[in-house]
Amino acid sequence: MAVNKKKRMGIKERYSLLTRGLGWDTTYQPEEKVYPYDKYEGIIIHDWDEWEDPFRLTMDAYWKFQAEKERKLYAVIDSFAQNNGHLGITDARYINAIKIFLTGVSPLEYAAARGFTHVGRHFGGVGARVACQMQAIDELRHVQTQLHSMSHYNKYFDGLHNRGHMHDRVWYLSVPKSFFDDAMTAGPFEFLTAISFSFEYVLTNLLFVPFMSGAAFNGDMATVTFGFSAQSDEARHMTLGLGVIKFMLEQDERNVPIVQHWIDKWFWRGYRFLSLVAMMMDYMLPKRIMSWKEAWEIYFEDAGTSLFEDLGRYGIKLPKFHDIPAKEKDRLSHEVWSIFYNYTHAAAFHTWVPNEDEMQWLDSKYPDTFNKYYRPRYDHWQAEKDAGNRFYNQTLPMLCQTCQIPMGFTEPDDPTTICFRSSEHNGETYHFCSDGCKNIFDHEPEKYVQAWLPVHQIYQGNCGGASVEDVLEWYKLNKSVDNMDYDGSPDQKLWEQWQADRAKAAS
Amino acid sequence: MTRNVSITLQNNDDARLIIEAIAEDNPEAVVNQYPAMVKIDCPGKLIVKQETVEEKLGRDWDVQEIHLSVISLAGNVDEEDDYFELSWGA
Repeated sequence: MAVNKKKRMGIKERYSLLTRGLGWDTTYQPEEKVYPYDKYEGIIIHDWDEWEDPFRLTMDAYWKFQAEKERKLYAVIDSFAQNNGHLGITDARYINAIKIFLTGVSPLEYAAARGFTHVGRHFGGVGARVACQMQAIDELRHVQTQLHSMSHYNKYFDGLHNRGHMHDRVWYLSVPKSFFDDAMTAGPFEFLTAISFSFEYVLTNLLFVPFMSGAAFNGDMATVTFGFSAQSDEARHMTLGLGVIKFMLEQDERNVPIVQHWIDKWFWRGYRFLSLVAMMMDYMLPKRIMSWKEAWEIYFEDAGTSLFEDLGRYGIKLPKFHDIPAKEKDRLSHEVWSIFYNYTHAAAFHTWVPNEDEMQWLDSKYPDTFNKYYRPRYDHWQAEKDAGNRFYNQTLPMLCQTCQIPMGFTEPDDPTTICFRSSEHNGETYHFCSDGCKNIFDHEPEKYVQAWLPVHQIYQGNCGGASVEDVLEWYKLNKSVDNMDYDGSPDQKLWEQWQADRAKAAS
Repeated sequence: MTRNVSITLQNNDDARLIIEAIAEDNPEAVVNQYPAMVKIDCPGKLIVKQETVEEKLGRDWDVQEIHLSVISLAGNVDEEDDYFELSWGA
């Protein structure tokens, strides 16, 4: 066998032939007309051949390994469906996290496939084009396998029936949708900085790693398997993200301030989007694995600091506002859960007041804040509900012009005061949840004044009508089925019936 | 202070032996167990050696097979025919 190995072409040689060897110089059209977008952002590239792909994955090896991943994944999906895997989850409340994933995250995989196909076409360098092409195919695989895995739950649970329609219309889904639309409408280098570096390298660990491990802990084999299968591609994407940053920085020092600004912007955009994940981790996994705060400490404060120390040699600093999440980590998930508790009557998933065990867990993870600020709020809401007054907020919230999240976040240094910022542009006032979001707007106001803000659109009459009922119909939500409190929902009734059947069968 | 590099692998039959190989070849590595996954942190750098993994698996092992088991990583990647290495620094 050792003899055979020597005869085989080395990994570097194969990579060189199967990527660089595929490129050609144009002859009947000038390069700048073939690649019209790779200059206007101001990024200066002297030599595309210096592009390094550390994984050196070639297309033949790519197909081989991806096929193997698919075989493994589909074996799990089949056995999950054949063995009634939905009966093995810890609690039906957990499915509400899956509903958010299906409507909020999976469509982003598709958006990523579109984005990488687009930028892969528009880079002048062949190494970058091949890497983007592989990633585009990965992302398409992710959306397909996620829909396939989660479709099993759609046979039994509500709110999973129309993710594409919902993603384009439902108010809270404008947060992930606008995040990706923002990236896709930027230039190709900014797109890679936004998605490959800031999102994939710096932030997606928080989405896929502890949350998927949590899915495993809650008996959801289908989700954990597609999650880890997707994440195995993500490791390659992360490496592309780090690669592209280093490439831009090494090509020309004039690139440094442009890249730094993009890192500042996309760190904040990604962090705000991930506040949904903070809530999913702390409130929606019946068996919890780690808190949002712990995950932030491991994956950003520890891993992210190492990364930015490494990038320090290029003159890159930690993202502007990186210290704000450290101040918010004791409250982020509680504030977001509270927003959704207020507006569950207009959401495609259920909320609830955490039970006593869960409150104790939250207190143990958030000893400085939970009992002081949030437990009294939940106790009050529970008492209201027990008295027949489950509170639903009937006033539509002001949304942040940049991240599109309802303005429920508090001042970095005062968790009892709502944080409001605003800017004037062409005689209009625009509102923001944070200095981070205001800063992004102020740099590109012409882009963000165009934001499709769900609340504004409802009030302008563009969302089916003026009442909550009209809007829900326009969202294609089934009223009193997909929305409202978990307690009393059809999901809950079904789940309790299954548990009763199981107890009967065992007795 | 030396910063940690990190690799996270699925906790399955193939990866368990890769994890053993990593622990053996990187004495400073700390192996953290989570549901369905294992996160290995190591100061400065971490190497996965083909030779050690092949010995444990009892078969030929292409270093790129690590793509089947890896969930996440932190550090600069250097992939060669006979090893896979993560490091911080130049």
